[in-house]
Amino acid sequence: MAEASSAKARPGSGSPWVGQSIARVEDAALLSGRGRFIDDIGVGPGTLHAAFLRSPHAHADIISIDVSQAMRSRGVVAVLHGEDIRAMTSSLVVGVKAPVECWPMAVGRVRYVGEPVAIVVASDRYRAEDAVDLIDVRYAVRPAVVDLRAALTAEAPVLHDGFGGNVASDRSFRYGDPDGAFASAPHRISIDVSYPRNSCTPIETYGVVADYNAGEDAYDVLANFQGPFSIHAVLSRALKVPGNRLRLRTPPDSGGSFGVKQGVFPYIVLIAAAARATGRPVKWIEDRLEHLTASVSATNRAVSLAAAVAEDGRILALDWDQIEDCGAHLRAPEPATLYRMHGNLTGAYDIRHLKVRNRVVVTNKTPTGLNRGFGGPQVYFALERLVQRIGVELNIDPLDVITRNLVPADAFPYKTASGALLDSGNYQEAVRRGAREGALAELKARRDAVRAEGRLYGIGYAAVVEPSVSNMGYITTVLTPAERRKAGPKNGAQATATIAIDPVGSVSVHVASVPQGQGHRTVLSQVVADVFGLKPSDIRVNTEIDTVKDAWSIASGNYASRFAPAVAGTAKLAADRIAARLRRVAASQLNTEVDDIVFVNGHVGSRRNPDNKISFSRIAALSHWSPAVLPDGIAHTIRETVFWTPPELTAPDEGDHINSSLCHGFIFDLCGVEIDRTTLQTRVDRYVTMHDCGTILHPAMVDGQVRGGFAQALGAALYEEYAYAEDGSFLTGTLADYLLPTTAEVPSPIILHMETPSPFTPLGSKGVGEGNCMSTPVCIANAVADAVGAKDIVLPLVPAKLAAIVRGAEPAPPARQNSPMQEKRDGDRKLRGEGEAVVSAGAQQVWDMLLDPNTLAGVIPGCHRVERISDTHFRADVTLGIGPVKGRYRAEVKLSDLDPAKAVTLAGSADGALGFGRGEGRITLRPAPNGGTVIHYIYEAGIGGKVASIGGRLLDGAAKVIIGQFFAALARTAGGGSFASERLSWIARLRQWFGGQR
Amino acid sequence: MKPAAFDYVRAEHLDEVLDTLNREGGDARVIAGGQSLMPMLNMRLARPTTLIDIMRLPQLAHIERNGDNVIIGAAVRQSTLLAWPELAETLPLVARALPWTGHVQTRSRGTVCGSVAHADPSAELPLVLCALGGEVHLRSRRKRRRVPANDFFTGMMVTTRADDELIEAISLPTNRNACAFREVARRHGDFAIVACAAVATKGGVCLAIGGVGDTPVTREFPRLASGALDDALNTFAYELDARDDVHASARYRRDLVRLLGAELIREVLS
Amino acid sequence: MTRLAANQRHAVHLTLNGKPCSGEAEPRMLLTDFLRHEIGATGTHVGCEHGVCGACTIEIVGNLARACLTLAVQADGCDVRTIEGLAPAPDRLGALQAAFKRNHALQCGFCTAGILMSLDHFLRENPRPSEQEVRDLLTGHLCRCTGYAPIVRAAMEAAAEMADRPAKEKSDA
Ligand code: FES
Ligand code: FES
Repeated sequence: MAEASSAKARPGSGSPWVGQSIARVEDAALLSGRGRFIDDIGVGPGTLHAAFLRSPHAHADIISIDVSQAMRSRGVVAVLHGEDIRAMTSSLVVGVKAPVECWPMAVGRVRYVGEPVAIVVASDRYRAEDAVDLIDVRYAVRPAVVDLRAALTAEAPVLHDGFGGNVASDRSFRYGDPDGAFASAPHRISIDVSYPRNSCTPIETYGVVADYNAGEDAYDVLANFQGPFSIHAVLSRALKVPGNRLRLRTPPDSGGSFGVKQGVFPYIVLIAAAARATGRPVKWIEDRLEHLTASVSATNRAVSLAAAVAEDGRILALDWDQIEDCGAHLRAPEPATLYRMHGNLTGAYDIRHLKVRNRVVVTNKTPTGLNRGFGGPQVYFALERLVQRIGVELNIDPLDVITRNLVPADAFPYKTASGALLDSGNYQEAVRRGAREGALAELKARRDAVRAEGRLYGIGYAAVVEPSVSNMGYITTVLTPAERRKAGPKNGAQATATIAIDPVGSVSVHVASVPQGQGHRTVLSQVVADVFGLKPSDIRVNTEIDTVKDAWSIASGNYASRFAPAVAGTAKLAADRIAARLRRVAASQLNTEVDDIVFVNGHVGSRRNPDNKISFSRIAALSHWSPAVLPDGIAHTIRETVFWTPPELTAPDEGDHINSSLCHGFIFDLCGVEIDRTTLQTRVDRYVTMHDCGTILHPAMVDGQVRGGFAQALGAALYEEYAYAEDGSFLTGTLADYLLPTTAEVPSPIILHMETPSPFTPLGSKGVGEGNCMSTPVCIANAVADAVGAKDIVLPLVPAKLAAIVRGAEPAPPARQNSPMQEKRDGDRKLRGEGEAVVSAGAQQVWDMLLDPNTLAGVIPGCHRVERISDTHFRADVTLGIGPVKGRYRAEVKLSDLDPAKAVTLAGSADGALGFGRGEGRITLRPAPNGGTVIHYIYEAGIGGKVASIGGRLLDGAAKVIIGQFFAALARTAGGGSFASERLSWIARLRQWFGGQR
Repeated sequence: MKPAAFDYVRAEHLDEVLDTLNREGGDARVIAGGQSLMPMLNMRLARPTTLIDIMRLPQLAHIERNGDNVIIGAAVRQSTLLAWPELAETLPLVARALPWTGHVQTRSRGTVCGSVAHADPSAELPLVLCALGGEVHLRSRRKRRRVPANDFFTGMMVTTRADDELIEAISLPTNRNACAFREVARRHGDFAIVACAAVATKGGVCLAIGGVGDTPVTREFPRLASGALDDALNTFAYELDARDDVHASARYRRDLVRLLGAELIREVLS
Repeated sequence: MTRLAANQRHAVHLTLNGKPCSGEAEPRMLLTDFLRHEIGATGTHVGCEHGVCGACTIEIVGNLARACLTLAVQADGCDVRTIEGLAPAPDRLGALQAAFKRNHALQCGFCTAGILMSLDHFLRENPRPSEQEVRDLLTGHLCRCTGYAPIVRAAMEAAAEMADRPAKEKSDA
């Protein structure tokens, strides 16, 4: 069924398969439930299952870990924590030169919420999770730093002693004469922007199955890792074996990655160590909560960018100041996100003078890693917002600012100020066609008409260069030239492909590309079929990797949009080599010259005499059956492996110029958005995206890459953020909080193409997978800026953020009401409350109750027992909950600032499997006018851990209810009425509370 | 992300449910469609020791008209109610609000009463129950009682249901008055940031707001001139004690109460 | 009354894609785990285990259901349909599946099983849906690869094709 339609689609036998949208070979199995994803593949008998205990705190010292109860739990085979892992492995390498360790599991200290603290290995996942709940960890909480600018300050808590403060790297660069340009330019226009944390979150999560062979000291690991395989070196080092004793394999299918599955590698170390410790194979499939909280994310970045601008909008120089937030650890290959675009800091523009300061900081958030767009979204958000601002401030149409600055069409290959070699393109033509075919004039008319009705409508643009095929040496730009000299040059991007012919002459292809849905097998079958004159269905392609048996190198894997330009091209080179030899074999068999041989329709034959031909399989199989008949100089035609690395990818030079990527596609986007006056939701009315990705191998797949990237970018622009509270609590731990766009949110973009082949790749193709992740967020932001006339646009464009911009100040509260709570700072999730009650007991009596463990046991909600540590320090076991949400906690209550019978400060904490709570309240007692006592309280409380990341929406209410329960019980015990607070609804709620169930 | 262990009771008679609840109280949970409870079990937010499955009790699976009331049994799925031929005519507000509850794929399992039992302040069903002045029918081994919706919801996921009580049904008074429903969520099918229901009454409009306070909140608005209505809505908006979260600010929620409230009241009165 | 004790495995019998099948499950075992790891029907995928992504969508007694929000013991005695039952024969695709293939409506294919189950159920009940109705149905699924447009296109194509065909063939899809 696979090839029926594709065979029909072929217009004539002369035209190549490449360039046609043939049906995918991958689809039949995937459409009928027969895919082979990692969790679909059977494991060996006796395989154990792992689950992780993760940190509820953003920053804390681990005081003790008690695993004894967990070890006794049913089905448990082992419980390992940081010290165990440290004893079996060595630290992961860190991307900069600094005396800092990076363990895949917390050792002594946790630095982000979700950091692995212990691993349970048990007979099944359910039992493993049971035991996780029984591990008893005591933490001493440290202050956390979440904001990247705050991390730079002198007061900030320091995460790693080996970095200066929290700065892992601080480098400055200068290309041309930026200071001169700024001094003489008539305008200096600047912008300060922040790019949020987000992730392209594949629907399939991480998975690892590991086994250890003690007799040979060798690991065998199956993981849905995606590359780059430079990480293999990191892994074998961490596992303390030579590379040839770490066999790393990938499953046939992978449920999306978008860079993210690079981040599985620390878990490979942990699961491999667990297999070693237990002597059994161990399997771990990450769950969605783990994935959102702790897998990996893109970097968030703060950028100050200034341009020296001429009167006509020409940009003469740029001054970048970038602060990159890599989270709690600088894990390989970071800080690559910051340097991936280093050659492209001038975007699509001809700007000769450039100044850059790059700082990398660590904060108490999940470590970062690969993510579609990788550095591009962050750079273009600043650059293209600046271009829009130049238009606004100089009163020039922003599109004119773009066109006046584009690299001229006759300048290719064009060397950018910081060293990238832009291979080919015609940017002016692409913009012209994008505007024309995207009906920009009509869109502008629409904007005018809609605005005339009082509606909010804006148009945005973005012009970006999309780099692909990363130079493995670009990351060394983070080192100084002197450090690089010492370390030795790094460069290149080895791609590999193997073509093999079996004894019946059928053709197999193997590449180390590890696709996650991009249809590599189909495209390679087209490329190779064209070389041999066969049908794609004649070619079998394998894209799995097995580091023991396959050809691979550090650049192997699926990232940096390298498939079409590098991998497919290398497969062609390998096929060409075999074809050249087969040509000689055929020439001798058919008695003609080599030049006369053609491969057509399953035959090898003479061009001049079409009747003189022989079947391909016959010629191809000869090398197996009768090597003696091969012409002299042809050893065999059985197998050919080609390694290809482009010569253009050189190491950074002494002046820090770096050709960070091999190919550069071009994208011009324009869009119209409308912002609803009531909901403030941004709706993309029309989106046009013009691509030049060189030669197109499979139009439908290119289309698929554009649409998929666009949908993710729309998510980044409008919905998605890995949000943290000020204390480092993670707030978006479910897919009901981290919002991926659905069919209702994603419009269908108008996709346009130009094809300017790359002179540097075998097939002329360039990468296309990441471009819209770079262009779309800022294009939408520019349109919103145009619609509301604002300078500061913060992604994601949560409607609430536009309230003040669009509506100005909020209507004042009615006079008789208290003013609303003072505006909270962003990320401040503290709960505050206040109330009082009149009770019949006297002040001394109430006072005695507060200091008595037995009374406390009666008033602390859900209290099982109170232990008195000192006169002012109590410990309790409590079950807390609201509705069905219940958990057991260890609570501590400390009294301080005692003013007997008058006032006391009560500090409480609760720690349990669902998270923790901390609060402090001041209770004051004063005689009531008609006898008895007035108890007044005021408190501040915070909640974190698992419950904050998955139940954030319900949390505040829950905490208030529980605190209310405490005071209500206190009042009741003291013979009193209910508490009354200033807030009406709060009274009502308390009244219902008493009137109701308890 | 797997549930903690529990016993599973597949009830074949109502008595079995009531007996089990009577014996095990708060440690037992009733499961119907499971669309609210199962995520909490998977995340181990809830750890009941017994689950009582009521979906094989045919007597709970009825929608009945009883005089001016529509009674919806505990095992009636949301999709069943949505497909009930008399819905648009007897309960136009429900017909408007129910499509906003979750997605086709969750409404086909989730029950009407399950959503009421869960008492999520952003959910649509508790909101329309309050807006229409419906009742919750509770039953334990000892007694049966009916609680007016506005007394039933007491806080975030907290209700006046006692631990030994089963929500046997809810009843909604048929109401053919003019009504309107609007909801703003980040995405289609998400929990409401603000959900707003309005029903014409003798003196004006009953407006119910979900997603802002800890429970749905209803308020009668007499016919007012637009300036006075704006003031009244502003007061109402501030009284709801809105909070900030990652999806919306308190101010944005108040804005929506003011704007949607005015829109819906106008729509219902016109 | 049936009471199944915690921490013990109990027999679960169901009809899967028209064939009887059985296995064992503790009361807490999710139907996803039961189908995938007890029965070996791994076509139903797991993306979130909290009911949002839709990857695990199947049909239970003719109703769409999130298998991750269903216990295996709840499905005891029920008719269950999964992706494995969708193709008319192992080497042939149904109309809906074929439309997905033609329109490149899948990339990694991880979300696909759930989406096909929803659409299959929906198109049987709504043979001539509008694009808006299809989009509304699909809001119950997350796909990270395709940007949805090809999925919607495939669904509309399949709907048109199935509606135009004689009733007998429809069962193929
Ligand atoms: S796995 Fe069931 S909805 Fe995501
Ligand atoms: S095809 Fe990959 S998630 Fe939908």
